[in-house]
Amino acid sequence: MNWTRKDLVGIRELSAEEITLLLDTTASFKSILNRPIKKVPSLRGKTVVNLFIEPSTRTRISFELAAQRLSADVISVSKESSSIKKGETLKDTALNLQALNVDFIILRHTAAGSAQFLAERLKSSIINAGDGSHEHPTQALLDTFTLREKLGSVAGKHVVIVGDILYSRVARSNIWALTKLGAKVTLVGPSTLVPDMFKQMGVEVRRDLDAVLPEADVVNLLRIQHERQQKTMFPSLGEYVSLFGLTASRFKKCKENVLIMHPGPMNRGVEIASEVADGQNSVVLEQVTNGLAVRMAVLYLLSGGSSVEPSLAAAAGAEL
Amino acid sequence: MKNALWIKNARIIDPANSVDAVMDLRVQDGKVVETFSASTTPNVIEANGLVLAPGLIDIHVHLREPGQSAKETIRTGTEAAAAGGFTTVIAMPNTSPVADGVDVIAWIQQRARETAVVNVLPTGCISMDMKGELLAPIGSLVKAGIVAITDDGQCIQSNELMRRALEYAKMFDIPVFDHCQDFKLTAEGVMNEGYWSHVLGLKGWPAIAEEVIIARNALLAELTGAHVHCQHVTSAGGVRILREAKERGVSISGEICPHHICLTDEMLQGYDTNFKMNPPLRTPRDIKALLIGVADGTIEYLASDHAPHCNYEKEVEFDDAPFGILGLETELGLFLTHLVHAGVITLPDMIARLTSKPADLIKSRKGRLNVGADADIVLIDPQLKWKVDKSLMLSKSRNTPFDGMELTGRAVMTIVGGRIVWTLQNGIVV
Repeated sequence: MNWTRKDLVGIRELSAEEITLLLDTTASFKSILNRPIKKVPSLRGKTVVNLFIEPSTRTRISFELAAQRLSADVISVSKESSSIKKGETLKDTALNLQALNVDFIILRHTAAGSAQFLAERLKSSIINAGDGSHEHPTQALLDTFTLREKLGSVAGKHVVIVGDILYSRVARSNIWALTKLGAKVTLVGPSTLVPDMFKQMGVEVRRDLDAVLPEADVVNLLRIQHERQQKTMFPSLGEYVSLFGLTASRFKKCKENVLIMHPGPMNRGVEIASEVADGQNSVVLEQVTNGLAVRMAVLYLLSGGSSVEPSLAAAAGAEL
Repeated sequence: MKNALWIKNARIIDPANSVDAVMDLRVQDGKVVETFSASTTPNVIEANGLVLAPGLIDIHVHLREPGQSAKETIRTGTEAAAAGGFTTVIAMPNTSPVADGVDVIAWIQQRARETAVVNVLPTGCISMDMKGELLAPIGSLVKAGIVAITDDGQCIQSNELMRRALEYAKMFDIPVFDHCQDFKLTAEGVMNEGYWSHVLGLKGWPAIAEEVIIARNALLAELTGAHVHCQHVTSAGGVRILREAKERGVSISGEICPHHICLTDEMLQGYDTNFKMNPPLRTPRDIKALLIGVADGTIEYLASDHAPHCNYEKEVEFDDAPFGILGLETELGLFLTHLVHAGVITLPDMIARLTSKPADLIKSRKGRLNVGADADIVLIDPQLKWKVDKSLMLSKSRNTPFDGMELTGRAVMTIVGGRIVWTLQNGIVV
């Protein structure tokens, strides 16, 4: 199949085939990352703007590097360095970028729906790099890619996502990607942050982390998003850790070959113990590496790149 | 100026006088008359096939003047009213400055005299600056001509202050309108809390935040004997609380807006800010309960919550957009389509809820067509099929979710004080 969308706004609207295409293309690009010369000409002459209205380190650098590795011209704009600070609307900022014939706008924003807002109004391709609590599609793709790479397939695997689901765009995108590809997803966390309403998205919701851990093939831990929530969602971090933190002792309940994931930034000692984060089962840093390949694949497909070409990596290498 | 109208062969529906019959109506010098005085040559209007009703009254309108005239003015807002068949609108006090003093009320009244196309009746604030701390000079506001008090979207959070406001308002026999919202429970909510807020990652505005205040109002209305009118009721729970209170004889009432009975939270999937209003769109289950509530009389009043906002204000991130949509020009068509043609209530019942009932609520003599009454009249074609086109609207703003929607029934002529002010054919004619 071929990629037909102008934008990547969310995972919810994608088909399993589209997700698989993205993952397969990622695999091609990952092979490039291990070469001595890591740059390919796929986006030569294209312009990519990273419009990051909400702070980010990992995602912004990953997208910048992905665009550079594809030979695009890359500009990064933060809220502080943009006229949004002077009261310009998002729409006007984006229209100005479009007037400069920008091909891609990668948007990170505090408001849910902001990527779709731009996608509907601009001819440029919009890639959602996280919109409020809505979606973070490339994070879900890199998580799913990592899972598939490590476990062979996604279907039938049991993925447990622990923590602040209510405010998590990572959780939402993961729920859609994993369920569409046939994984079993269980959400665990306090009832205030993981309301039963999520069951309607086709996942299980549980409160007893100790009982769930032995069944998990993957445990994905999420940070408490203090910046998005009210103070009254749970009593204290101490109580949170005692109920939902993946402590070293709790980790012993997991399967021997369980994968431990975290989208970052980690709060060591809160949702995840240091020993677990740095342990044998942790794929946290591989997720970061895969994130680069995922973002290259997304940029490549959205720029009109054809579906997976086995020769892509080799051809690209030869050309340079 | 011709000062007499002879409207012939209309189906006159005048619920206050239990009239529903095909006949003529005569108007002279701004009043309904039995016969024309000698040597009068009236303008004749042939109204075969049309419904003639008292001019409609909308008890929940934001005219935005003074202070927010980029959104709407008393002129443009009342033009929109006329085009919707409304001859009287009740203006909410959340202007800039807010209507918490007689100076603002006097300004609105003068502006209305100079520019309005239909009657404008102001409301006043409950509290100074709508801050929910000190009572506004309610007695002076009543003397100045307000018909109700309300803090509009700034629902009084203090139960103690609300109790005093009700006790105090009782003295003047005016109703207290309340936008029912517990702010702690809604926090930064922008849409109904439910499945779709979870999917879309938007903060939820739960129905319970509305129901808690409706329940509070029922208790305080019972305690004080004052009348509390709960604006724009949206949830099944709210209907239940009102029904129980009314069964106990509490002096409380509710209203619904068209959008809350024909749009749902699922429609926010596109993050279109024209679907963002306060209170928010809820679920099909809530709509069902609202319609039952309208049918059984639990909810007596119909209103628009006409809330104009500029395009540039609405065309922003969903979280940042102001709440509210236009209402006046689509209200009648939506109520006819979703209440009358859908079989929820009869046409005369709908007309009563848009004329004599709201008039009674605000102790006005309008909303009826007995001899001697003000000749505020609407001619309605209840079967006229039309498509909403926001580019043709008379409001200064364009924030409507109904653009392109097909409706059945609309006003074709609006008469205020015996003068034709709007016709479907010619638009505003004054």
